[in-house]
Amino acid sequence: MAAPTKAVARGTRRTSGPARARQRRRRATERLIAGVLITATAVSVLTTIGIVLVLIFETVEFFRHISPWEFFTGTEWAPLISPRQYGVLPLISGTLLVAAIAIAIAMPLGLVIAIYLAEYARPRTRSIVKPFLEILAGVPTVVFGFFALTFVTPNLIQPLIPGTNVFNALSAGIVVGLMVLPMVATISEDALAAVPRALREAAHGLGATKLEVSLRVVVPAALSGIIASFILAMSRAVGETMAVAIAAGSTPVLTLDPTRSVQTMTGYIAQVSLGDTPQNSIEFKTIFAVGMTLFVMTLVLNIVSQMFVRRYRNVYQ
Amino acid sequence: MTVAPLAVAARWRPRLATRSRSGRAFLLLCYAATAIGILSLVVLLADTAIKGAPQLSWEFLTSYPSRFAARSGVLAAAVGTLYLALIVIVVSFPLGIATAIYLEEYAKPGLLNRIVQTNIGNLAGVPSIIYGMLGLAVFVRALSLQRSLLAGGLTIAVLVLPIVIINAQEAIRAVPSSLRHASLALGATRWETVWHHVLPAALPGVLTGTILALSRAIGEAAPIILISSIAFIAFLPDGLLDSFTILPIQIFIWVSKPQEAFHAIAASAILVLLALLLTLNAIAIFVRDRSRRSAQW
Repeated sequence: MAAPTKAVARGTRRTSGPARARQRRRRATERLIAGVLITATAVSVLTTIGIVLVLIFETVEFFRHISPWEFFTGTEWAPLISPRQYGVLPLISGTLLVAAIAIAIAMPLGLVIAIYLAEYARPRTRSIVKPFLEILAGVPTVVFGFFALTFVTPNLIQPLIPGTNVFNALSAGIVVGLMVLPMVATISEDALAAVPRALREAAHGLGATKLEVSLRVVVPAALSGIIASFILAMSRAVGETMAVAIAAGSTPVLTLDPTRSVQTMTGYIAQVSLGDTPQNSIEFKTIFAVGMTLFVMTLVLNIVSQMFVRRYRNVYQ
Repeated sequence: MTVAPLAVAARWRPRLATRSRSGRAFLLLCYAATAIGILSLVVLLADTAIKGAPQLSWEFLTSYPSRFAARSGVLAAAVGTLYLALIVIVVSFPLGIATAIYLEEYAKPGLLNRIVQTNIGNLAGVPSIIYGMLGLAVFVRALSLQRSLLAGGLTIAVLVLPIVIINAQEAIRAVPSSLRHASLALGATRWETVWHHVLPAALPGVLTGTILALSRAIGEAAPIILISSIAFIAFLPDGLLDSFTILPIQIFIWVSKPQEAFHAIAASAILVLLALLLTLNAIAIFVRDRSRRSAQW
């Protein structure tokens, strides 16, 4: 760092020529750097604008040919083979089916693990369990897809439910559940840990057991944070691509049967991108309409979850 | 509240035995849930290792993909992944850290700042395949980079940018403000303060966060499906504008084949990918531990 000049040290206003030049240079550098930093910040804003514009532009193009009514209410999805059908509902139902299975696994497991880590586990146990959760969260999603297809379906599902398709919603849902489990556990644990100690002490003082304190005092107090973790996990599950593209199959059908092959929105986008559909065709534009639907769904889920997060922050901080 | 009904009070029993029994039962439930979580990770890793280890060899690491599983290798995919990681480092780290500095050290709190912050939070939650669509429309088509390494790298860089920003912000926020005040009081400008004092203090934290973002980047495949459509790459990328493939995509292609032999080499490729991630995370943990030891406040 530059040492202060004598003039500055004496506190006089009048500075010598070179010193003044240096001051000017410093100020110019300062402005330049602020400009560079603002430009960098603009990139992330531009990314959002870019995503929204691309999706809107291509989706509007698509809706010029296919009516939104047909798209959102049709129950048949077959844009690549004639007779062409453009009803997105089977893709949405496939997505929600997989996400529901995932949540059904991640929600109870994640919450119990969170309660265990926040209320029961000794620091030593915590320091063993937490890294496992971190590693689980860091496993690439394509690996979960491999696991679903080559282990979960043949070794767990098919022995229990004979006749299950090689590709099925259940195996995809199970691995996506494992994938979002660390997220539910970590966020819920943070919410539980944020509950003031005084609340626990008061309940213990009234004679409640540890379980009663945990389930009737701490969990209700942290409820908005816990709900936020569920919704965020739901959003992750809805947007998950690789595991689902590998394990869930590519049969867009309107079904609630988890042993059948389904197709999710992300799975469809992946399928078309890998195929040889011409890029300017209406068939290719379907992926942007589907992508827009996906984007809006996850955005709504994320915003709702942020509202819940803000609520628990307001109460205890 | 009104007076508590005496009848209720008289009927109240502590039921201590039942209550402590349900407490013990719940603890068992806790153990079970935690065990399921840990066990599934162990099974996943063990299953992959058992299936993948036999095919791992020097040939596998140095061969190109082939129509025959036995002759296939991960060379193109592994090199593609490393190049991609390099682009992500060069693009998203400076951008992300600069954004974090702006938001933490320069921006005045207000509506605009809040909007940018919310926006970054939301970007982190956008499904990765949507970034692929952005990349396809902007990098591949509008900037006509074609289906090149550069287009893929930029797409993934944009994808991990919010993660880099959020991590870097946390690291910068952890630097005590007394450090800033001291520097500013001695006549340093804002940037001089940031460059000479805040950044060096925050650097270990920033590095840890960015390495974690990088491991996310390396495992990501969904956006690249839209960017790199060539499934069969039997050469190394020659430059930024060459076509490419990456490990997760190679794994996806092999898993999607019906033959068992390809599933087996997919497992081997997963082991290569996991080894790469493990190395990165080990570096991150090393940096984090060192920074903890050298932290002086």
